[in-house]
Amino acid sequence: MKDVLAIASFALVVAALTWGLIDSGVGLTFVMMALYATLLAQAWNILGGFGGQMSFGHAVFFGTGAYAQAAAQLHWGLNAWLALGLAVGAAATVGLFIGALSFRYGLKGSYFALVTLAFAEVFRIGALSVDFTGGGVGLMLPLAESAANLQFASRKGYIGLLLGFVVAALAVTAWLRRSRFGARLQAVRDNEDAARAIGVDPLRTKLGAIVLSGGFTGAAGAVYVQVFQYIDPGIAFGAHVSVEALVAAIVGGMGTLWGPVLGALVLHTLSDLTRNLFGALPGISLVIYGVVLILIVMFLPRGIAGLAARWTRR
Amino acid sequence: MTAPLLALRGLSIAFGGLRAVQGVSLDLRAGTLAALIGPNGAGKTTLFALMSGFLRPDSGTVHFDGRDITGRAPHLNARAGMTRTFQIVQPFAQQTVRENIAVGAHLRIAGRAAALAAAEQVAAQVGLDTRLDQPAADLTVAGRKRLELARALATRPRLLLLDEVLAGLNPQEVAEMIPVVRAIAAGGVTVLMIEHVMQAVMHLAEHVWVLAQGELIAQGSPAEVTSDDRVIEAYLGHGTAARLKAAAA
Repeated sequence: MKDVLAIASFALVVAALTWGLIDSGVGLTFVMMALYATLLAQAWNILGGFGGQMSFGHAVFFGTGAYAQAAAQLHWGLNAWLALGLAVGAAATVGLFIGALSFRYGLKGSYFALVTLAFAEVFRIGALSVDFTGGGVGLMLPLAESAANLQFASRKGYIGLLLGFVVAALAVTAWLRRSRFGARLQAVRDNEDAARAIGVDPLRTKLGAIVLSGGFTGAAGAVYVQVFQYIDPGIAFGAHVSVEALVAAIVGGMGTLWGPVLGALVLHTLSDLTRNLFGALPGISLVIYGVVLILIVMFLPRGIAGLAARWTRR
Repeated sequence: MTAPLLALRGLSIAFGGLRAVQGVSLDLRAGTLAALIGPNGAGKTTLFALMSGFLRPDSGTVHFDGRDITGRAPHLNARAGMTRTFQIVQPFAQQTVRENIAVGAHLRIAGRAAALAAAEQVAAQVGLDTRLDQPAADLTVAGRKRLELARALATRPRLLLLDEVLAGLNPQEVAEMIPVVRAIAAGGVTVLMIEHVMQAVMHLAEHVWVLAQGELIAQGSPAEVTSDDRVIEAYLGHGTAARLKAAAA
């Protein structure tokens, strides 16, 4: 109940900012990109934070969602809303596939991280060399502004869409904290053998988590394509998205409800500020992410949310 | 006579050149409180791992409740009613005591509230009811042993495999734990315990198997096995039994 209220207040605040207080394009873009970063972080948190399966290659789900969104419209003439459903489904399916392969053989820790990284690279190279994805040129969506096409004249439309996904991801996360599936997922994270001994099927549990995590990440990819109307292999499957998702979740606090939201907001603010300060120095945001990650891991291993919890307990 | 709840036949496993368990056969009848003892490195924990499905034997079979479960995954065995604990306690450190036990309760109970309530009941059974909201990581060794037991108990097992739940406890804590184990057995759960604390074995077990160097060397009541020459020699070294007898004569 407390979580439901908190999520509802969060949605109200974002809605009030978007449809009431903020008028500038810059401000709306900030809200939109912060929500997008939140969605990525929250999606990663389901598998990495609650499941303890650290993925370094969440771009594989992001890119799958993005390409599915673009290709379904361009190649098959599908409506953008239907394509969105397809994109989420495709990313979740890729999650099931990668999860079945790696968890079946008991890959854990750094091995799992490396395998996800490898999958993202394989998908990137595949996207570079296949006609279906437009090769290195990528895919471009034609401009056709209308809500039916999922193309909005104002950022506000996209903010509404992203807010819907973020609220759904928050709701799933809140459910993880008070459900049998969530209890089992955290048990597998904390001690897989002990969990098995008391009747938890680790394979099924981890597969459920990677499917949820992949689906939400795919949604972020699909929305990305609708916003920027362009996707290429580097954007879709490159390291940037994977890093953004995991750093925001770790900085904010893994395995918490609000940590990834905080982390995404802090990091997005930082990278926006530095972009303004240092001009268009390419890749500066990744440098910032790296520095922040090192500081957090050294001094706040439980993230910003961990710090907040320590304060409230006093 | 009723069929045994757990039946092992010629169970063997080797790790490289080390034959950890060799040709072990035993029948455990339902409703028994039995113990598995033996010197360090005898293969007791390995035998538990073979029974519960954490290891697959090189040869031999495990039957639980009349079914062949050789090499079946541990979570399926837990579902069927066989739950083990670990000698090295393995709490879900980031979660509270209540949440830890609830994971076990969830095996039979889908609802979160019901599972948490069941966890409270089980906690009371093992004497953890004052620590329900503590993080598991904050428990003492004795507390963790109780938690290990509680989590397993919450799965409502028919057969409980306890791997040294008394090891590392002081005499006071052992004395507190013995009635807990006895109450579990009295509640209808068949218990097989690996134990080094002989005082507990003598007090609790109705039947004892002795494992040495991977083989069963003796079985019987606690009094019988502790006076068995082979058992004395396994613990104290070759020729000791004769010397002890000579000294007593």
